[in-house]
Amino acid sequence: MRKVLLFIPLVLFLVLGAIFYLQLGKNTQYMPSALVGEKVPDFTLVSLETDQLVTQEDLPDGPYLINFWGTWCPACHLEHPFLVELADEGVIIIGIDYKDEKNLAQQWLAQKGNPYVNVLMDEIGHFGVDMGVTGAPETFVVDRSGMIVYRHQGVINAQNWPVIKGHLK
Amino acid sequence: MMMFRWFLLLITFGFTLPSMAEELMLFSSSLNQARYQSLVEELRCPKCQNQNLADSGSGIAVDLREQVYQMIEQGKTDQEIVDYMVARYGEFVLYRPPYSSATFLLWYGPFILLGLGLLIFFFIVMANRKRRGVSS
Repeated sequence: MRKVLLFIPLVLFLVLGAIFYLQLGKNTQYMPSALVGEKVPDFTLVSLETDQLVTQEDLPDGPYLINFWGTWCPACHLEHPFLVELADEGVIIIGIDYKDEKNLAQQWLAQKGNPYVNVLMDEIGHFGVDMGVTGAPETFVVDRSGMIVYRHQGVINAQNWPVIKGHLK
Repeated sequence: MMMFRWFLLLITFGFTLPSMAEELMLFSSSLNQARYQSLVEELRCPKCQNQNLADSGSGIAVDLREQVYQMIEQGKTDQEIVDYMVARYGEFVLYRPPYSSATFLLWYGPFILLGLGLLIFFFIVMANRKRRGVSS
């Protein structure tokens, strides 16, 4: 009986070791989005191209991406060519021009190409807060039923696209 | 005398810059200001994860501080403001997590461990006493 008790520290060590080992290599910056499993929140934003008011009623039938970007954001420069590629493949992307200026955004799209079916202006960042974004670029996947199913923080590229694509249905 | 007044005026200008460094928020009551302070200290910045809203200089923290300020001045309760943040950023933003089955160990784990430690301590003390009683 006494001898068995002596093994308690070893067992504890093995259990803790296993727990810590499983946690290794996880992305510590990853933050689950509170909006996964929810519908896109209500909004009324102005379209960059047509100057018309757009609400959640005008969103496409899905599946599609909602991509937050801004001309002030260096990582968005990196991401943009890949978004153009995706658009060429037929992926529907709604752009949210986040905390940006209209003329700068128009210039950007004219120079670098426009991968978005529609770009909505979120100049004060209110819609961004409603979507729980922490910065740009940030991308949400909306499925066919209009539910947000995935959120990706940071640049979309060829490496992480397969994961995002997996949710796009 | 005129020179002295000019001098005084210039000196007062010297104080304006430091006061401009912080966001200008005028509260309708000192209670609101106190509520604002305690809320921004208890809400975690979603961008820079080891800072609260009060400390963080990131863009989103500035926006959320403004949001907290607006909601306080609109007469929202603390609970409504916290719920608003949780609905958008998840329970992650709470430095004081709510009591639930998921956070049970977080809240009560230390006390459970303390209880276990005390139990073991008493068992060992009792066992030692018994052994000494036998040998003497």
